[in-house]
Amino acid sequence: MHKLLAEHPGLKMLLLGNEAIARGAVEAGVAVATTYPGTPSSEISTNFFQISRESNLYFEYSTNEKVALEVAAATANSGVRSMCVMKHVGMNVAADVFMTLAYIGVKGGLVIVTADDPYMFSSQNEQDNRYYGKFSGLPVVEPSSVQEAKDMVAYAFEISEKLQQPVIFRTTTRINHSTAPVVFGEIKSAETSGDISKDPFNQVPVPAVARILHAKLLSKLETAENMSENSEYNFIMGNGAWGIICNGVSYNYVSDAAKDLNIEHLVKIFRIGFSHPMPGVMIKGFLKESEKVLIVEEGEPFMEETVKMLAQEEKLTLPILGKSQKYFSRLYEFDPALVRQSMATCFDVAYTPAKVPDLSDIPEIPERPPNLCAGCSHRATFYAVKKASEGMDTICPTDIGCYTLGFLPPLAMGDFLICMGASAGVSCGFSIKTNKKVISFIGDSTFFHSGIPGLINAVYNNHDFTMVILDNGTTAMTGHQPNPGVDMKKLNIDGYGMVSIEKIVRAVGVSHITVIRPYRVKKSIDAVKEALNFKGVSVVISKEICTLYARGLKKARGKPFFVSDKCKGHKDCINELACPAFFIEDNMVQIDPVMCSGCSVCAQICPEHAILPIRDT
Amino acid sequence: MNTTRLIIVAVGGQGNLLASRVIGEAALLSDIDVRMSEIHGMAQRGGVVESSIVFGDAQSTVISNGEADVLLGFEPSETLRALNKCNLNTVVITNLAKLPSFTVTTGKSVYPDLDVLQELIRKKTAKLIAFDAASMAVKAGNILSVNMVLLGALIQTHTIPLSAKNVKEAIIKRTRKVFVDSNLKAFDLGFSAAQELG
Repeated sequence: MHKLLAEHPGLKMLLLGNEAIARGAVEAGVAVATTYPGTPSSEISTNFFQISRESNLYFEYSTNEKVALEVAAATANSGVRSMCVMKHVGMNVAADVFMTLAYIGVKGGLVIVTADDPYMFSSQNEQDNRYYGKFSGLPVVEPSSVQEAKDMVAYAFEISEKLQQPVIFRTTTRINHSTAPVVFGEIKSAETSGDISKDPFNQVPVPAVARILHAKLLSKLETAENMSENSEYNFIMGNGAWGIICNGVSYNYVSDAAKDLNIEHLVKIFRIGFSHPMPGVMIKGFLKESEKVLIVEEGEPFMEETVKMLAQEEKLTLPILGKSQKYFSRLYEFDPALVRQSMATCFDVAYTPAKVPDLSDIPEIPERPPNLCAGCSHRATFYAVKKASEGMDTICPTDIGCYTLGFLPPLAMGDFLICMGASAGVSCGFSIKTNKKVISFIGDSTFFHSGIPGLINAVYNNHDFTMVILDNGTTAMTGHQPNPGVDMKKLNIDGYGMVSIEKIVRAVGVSHITVIRPYRVKKSIDAVKEALNFKGVSVVISKEICTLYARGLKKARGKPFFVSDKCKGHKDCINELACPAFFIEDNMVQIDPVMCSGCSVCAQICPEHAILPIRDT
Repeated sequence: MNTTRLIIVAVGGQGNLLASRVIGEAALLSDIDVRMSEIHGMAQRGGVVESSIVFGDAQSTVISNGEADVLLGFEPSETLRALNKCNLNTVVITNLAKLPSFTVTTGKSVYPDLDVLQELIRKKTAKLIAFDAASMAVKAGNILSVNMVLLGALIQTHTIPLSAKNVKEAIIKRTRKVFVDSNLKAFDLGFSAAQELG
C-alpha cells in the first residue's frame, strides 16, 4: 500500500512537504486531482499518480495548467472535492479560467495549489502568487511548516465548501522541499460520483449574469474576511510591545530569531496563515497595542501594503517597517540570519552575527554547472542544427525543459526564452522584421502544453521559420512524467490514448515536415539543412528517448565507446559536444565507460574515426 | 534541547538525499526533533545537492552562512565551497575521493590541491576529519555506499544527537534490502575510520 494511504491517525511519519500536501488531500477525501508538472510542486502529483492506481482517487496529468484547472473546475462543480496542482507560473496559464471561475464558484471543494519559487531555484521568475488572491477575490492560505502543509489542506477544502469558492493554497520551495515528521489524521472517504445541477443563470456568465455574479463574489469576499478574522491559522504569540507580522517560512525565522535574540518577552508575533483576505479587525487591534511593527514576508510587500492601509483607516501613526524601509528585500528568499539581523536593527537589540570565515585565500573552485546528460539526445539534435546552419545568420528562440541548457557553450543554441510554449509565437515575431533565419526549439511536452497555437499562427499568417521539436518521449526536467505523446501501454498502464506530434503538425498544414533520429548525425544534418532552406514554416521532429529515462526503465543500452590510439588530439569531440562522459588523462581524451550511453555521436564526428565501441571480451 | 545544525553537500548521484532521509528517520526513532530542507533541482544533471538538517529546538529548516555546527562533504571541492556555512567551532568531515567537474576533466579549469584544501579547512574550522570514503565503500562491497561510510564517520564524532544503533536501525528500515548488509558494513568502516583519525 502507498505510505500516504496508511489508516493510522496519530501515526508519525517523516514526510517531504509535497508528500504532506498529498496526504492532506487524501485525509480531506479528495476525489479528483489534476496537474501540469512543475518544480517545486511536482512530487505532490507523483504521489497522486501512484495513489490513484490503488484507490478511488481520479488523477490526471493534463496538457497544461489551464486545462488542468478546467477539469478540476468541472469536477468541483459536480460536487466532488478536487485539487489542481501547479508551479507559480502555471497560474498565469490557468489565469483565464481562474479569474472567471471566481465568479461562478464551486459546489464541492476546490483547492488550487500554487508552488512559488523565491530565489528561482528552478524557475524563470519569482512572482508572488498571493496577488492572485487579491486579483480574483479568492481566499489564500499559506502553511509555515510541513505539518501545516498537511493540516491546512483539509481546512482549505472546508473554507472552499463554506464559501462555494476555489481556495488558493500557496507554498514556497522551502515548504515543498522541506522534510519533517508529520502526525497523520483520519482519512475522510472520497465521493465516488458527482452530478451537476443545471443553473445557467449562475453558471453561464454572459454580461447580464456576470454583473450579478461579480456582486456575489464581493459579498463572498466579506464572508471570507470574517473567516480570516476567526481562523485558527491567524494567531498571535506573546504580548510585548514590538509587533511582528509574518507568514510562511518567515514565521519560522522570526520565532527562532526572537529566541536567539532573547526578546521573546518583548515581542508579539502575528502569524498570518490565511493571508487573503487579511484579518483587518485583528490587525487593527494588533497595531493599537504595538509601539512599532516589523513585517517579515518573502517576495512582494503584500501584507505590508494592507497593514499600512489598515493603519491609515484607524489614523495610527506608529512606524510600520518592512520592504519600503529596506529592512527586507523583494528579491530572493530569506534565511534565519537575515531575519535575525533585521529584527535586531529594527528593535535596536544587541546582536553579533556569526563569523563567516575569511575566504579570500581560498583558491578558485571549479563550478559545477548543470549539463545535458551523457548521451542526451538533445545534444545530438543541437549539434545537427548547429552544423546545418553553419554560415547562416540565425536566431534561435528556445523553450522550457532540459533542452534550455542547450543555450550554454559549446552548443550555444538558445537566444531567447520567455515561458512555456513561447518559442513558437516569438519565432513568428522574429521572422517578420529581422533578416535572420529563425530556428526554434521546443520539447514534446511543451509542444502539447502551449506550442500548438503558435504553430497554427505561423501557418495561418504565413511566417517563415523552422521549428525543431525535441521529442524525447517524456517530461524529463520535472522527473519523467508522461505526456499525451507517450505510449502508456509500453509502461504497462492501460486506459490512455496517444497523440501523434507528427499528425498534429501535418493537420495544422505545415508543408515541410521531417522526422529525424538525432543519433544518425549525417542524415540529421542533411535533413535539417533541407528544412532550413524551405521558405515558410518547416518542422523537424527529432525523436529519441531521454537517455536518463531509458536508464530508469532499464532499456537495453548501446555499448559504451572508447578512444583508440588513432586519436590525434583534435578534441572536436570535447570542444563541440561537451559530453560529460569525456575526460582528459595524460593529455589524451578518454571516455568514462560507466557514463557513456553508447549514442555514438562522438564516434561519427571524430575526424580520425578514433572512437570505437568497446568489444565484448 | 539545544539546536544542532548539519549541512551535507554532495554532487548529484552520490546518495546525499538518502543519507539525509536515514538521518531524519533515525531522529524520528529516537524522538529527537528534526527538520530538513534540500535543494536538488538539477541534481541528476550533475549539479550540487545541499541538504540542511536542524536538530532540536528551532523551526527553521535552512542554515545561514557561518552557522553550521557540522559540515559533511561527500566531495572535497564541494566541502571547500561550503566553507562559507562554517565558523571556527564547526566540525568538518569530508570524503577525499575527487569527482572533478567537467571543466576540470577537460582541462579548462584546475582542481584545488587536496593538501592545500585540507590545510585551509583545518585553519578555518575546529576540526577536520578527512579520508577516502570511496575506497571504503568498495571494501564494503558497493561503491554506491559512500554515503553510508560518511554517515558512519559523522555518527562517530558525536556532533549530532543520534546513536549508531538508531542510525543502523534506520539504514535497515530505509535502504533497499539487497544493499542493507553492504550499507551496514560501510557505516562501520566509516565509523572506525573517524575513530582512528579523531
